Amino acid sequence: MAQLELFIQTLISGFLLGGLYALIALGMALIMGVMRIINLAHGDFMMVAMYIAFWLFSFFGIDPYVSVFIAAPVLFVFGMGVQKYLLTPVMKVESILPHNQVIMTVGMAMVLSNLATVFFTGNYRSVPVSYASSAWYLTDIWKNSPIELSLSLPWTLSFVIGVIITIGLWIFLGKTDMGKSIRATSQDLDAALLMGVNVNRTRLVTFGIGCALVACAGCLFIPIYYLYPALGKQFTNVGFVITVIGGMGSTNGAVIGGLILGIFESMTATYIGMGWAPAGRFIIFVLALVFLPGGVASILRSKRLGK
Amino acid sequence: MNKSLLKKFLPLIIFIILLVVPFMGLSSYLMHILILVLMWSVIGQAWNVLGGYTGQVSFGHAAFFGVGAYTAGILYQHVEISAWWGLPVCIVVLTLLSLAIGYICLRLRGAYFALATLALGEICRVTAENLVDFTRGNLGIMIRERTWVDKTWFFYIILLIAAGTYFLVKILIESKLGYYFVAIREDQDAAESLGINTTLYKTISLCISGVLTGIAGAFYMNYMGYIDPGVVFPLYDLSITTVMVVMVGGAATYWGPIIGAIIMVFLAEVIRSLPYIGAAHQTIFGVILICIIMFLPNGIVGDFGKLVGPVISKWWKKDTSS
Repeated sequence: MAQLELFIQTLISGFLLGGLYALIALGMALIMGVMRIINLAHGDFMMVAMYIAFWLFSFFGIDPYVSVFIAAPVLFVFGMGVQKYLLTPVMKVESILPHNQVIMTVGMAMVLSNLATVFFTGNYRSVPVSYASSAWYLTDIWKNSPIELSLSLPWTLSFVIGVIITIGLWIFLGKTDMGKSIRATSQDLDAALLMGVNVNRTRLVTFGIGCALVACAGCLFIPIYYLYPALGKQFTNVGFVITVIGGMGSTNGAVIGGLILGIFESMTATYIGMGWAPAGRFIIFVLALVFLPGGVASILRSKRLGK
Repeated sequence: MNKSLLKKFLPLIIFIILLVVPFMGLSSYLMHILILVLMWSVIGQAWNVLGGYTGQVSFGHAAFFGVGAYTAGILYQHVEISAWWGLPVCIVVLTLLSLAIGYICLRLRGAYFALATLALGEICRVTAENLVDFTRGNLGIMIRERTWVDKTWFFYIILLIAAGTYFLVKILIESKLGYYFVAIREDQDAAESLGINTTLYKTISLCISGVLTGIAGAFYMNYMGYIDPGVVFPLYDLSITTVMVVMVGGAATYWGPIIGAIIMVFLAEVIRSLPYIGAAHQTIFGVILICIIMFLPNGIVGDFGKLVGPVISKWWKKDTSS
């Protein structure tokens, strides 16, 4: 019975983690779809947002969940600036090496994480919210339950807010003009241009939204995770692993990929060892590359066409 | 002197000048810098074969470097023979590793390949950290009795490796193989339709690149006498710095990685020694990387004309055109 308890508990925490991972990957998948580049500074944008949330809490006592509304717009503007002044000019530069923009994002990641170290020191920080350790227990509801399960309050809250943001994004992509032009650009750039989509503006907005999404993820991670300047790299890795598992540029794939990775990672951490969790992340990444190069999106697509 | 003759013998002249460097009574610190420059030029040349000539940008050369270093270290730790055996043995190990990595990654194109190599670098690091019985994990491996205290012989060995790498790459790129590589870089589909077995040649390119990087890694183990996963598998300090060495110097040029290595090593030393600014060396590197991409995308050698003006560039172009 203890084994079952452990398994279900791992499954639950993996699911909750996966929901937050999906939010990180969504931004990356959007950027990947429209710009055809991998933003390797994605995790570092998240780090910036987390520091914003941290300082807002320290100085003004603003709850991290409220600072979503502050950090996301800030990162939206920041992302648009990056796209406008750094990435767009590079598109026009001729060079021998391909993927200049990707290398550019690596440069930005280096600058951001190092500046954070210089200004905020390398110390690990966390936000001491009052509800950090509160949780719901199964035995509270069902007295004679044979197994004991718990559901942490901040994890659940973060997960639910993450789901709400994801649904909001879906509505935005499906219903609004801007959302439709983002999808059009990611499906076929030339066709979108011919249909009168302002591709440059779409790129700007997409990069902004990608950054805003990862800022939301950062604020949601703050109550349950700790914060340090080099954290960006880890979440960039998470982001691109999910993007590949889900299928490049597919938002639905990113959500499913996020859940898969979250569950897989907590399984590795529980049954093999904490230190191996990052290795598990990359092993699933390599497996996805070898056996499922199109990602989850290719399965979804073939299902749809099969009907 | 005749210009073309000078150009032809320039590498040889530099090699001979470097041969007498240890007799000039340079301080041990300067010798250390020179050794690092030569080592980075080897890694840069190696990356250049794969990234510059074949067009497969890799963000994971730390994997090759680290595995080379660990090959030497593990030979010393477990087999209990001199770590210098790592140099020949790592050729075999790195060839096998490159074949495995090539099998997984080379079916991918462009940014996908870059990501896969990045992930493989990280896999290697995590594996080295966790296989404690085999690699001693984060404790690292230390060579307790150093071969030489003096740096002269280390210098000669790395000089030999660097010169060998230079000539090997030069011969390789000027052979038929080199033209295949460049054809793959310019247009993989066109190369394929001309009957070039692109997967085979990309794998060859990866093997050469991996083995050369691994040799540099094995040398590093012998030279520094201590390695741990954080030192030999880092993303920014190794994989990305390798990309920077080539980008600063100039991708797909013979001299690019050498010039890049000189600039990057000296820059790193200067920046790190400055007070206050030293802590921000990655910021400065990142800014340099961004500026290079925006204004000098083909590096100092590749965009020499832009820098110095058309007169000298004409003289220079004949020498460096690939």
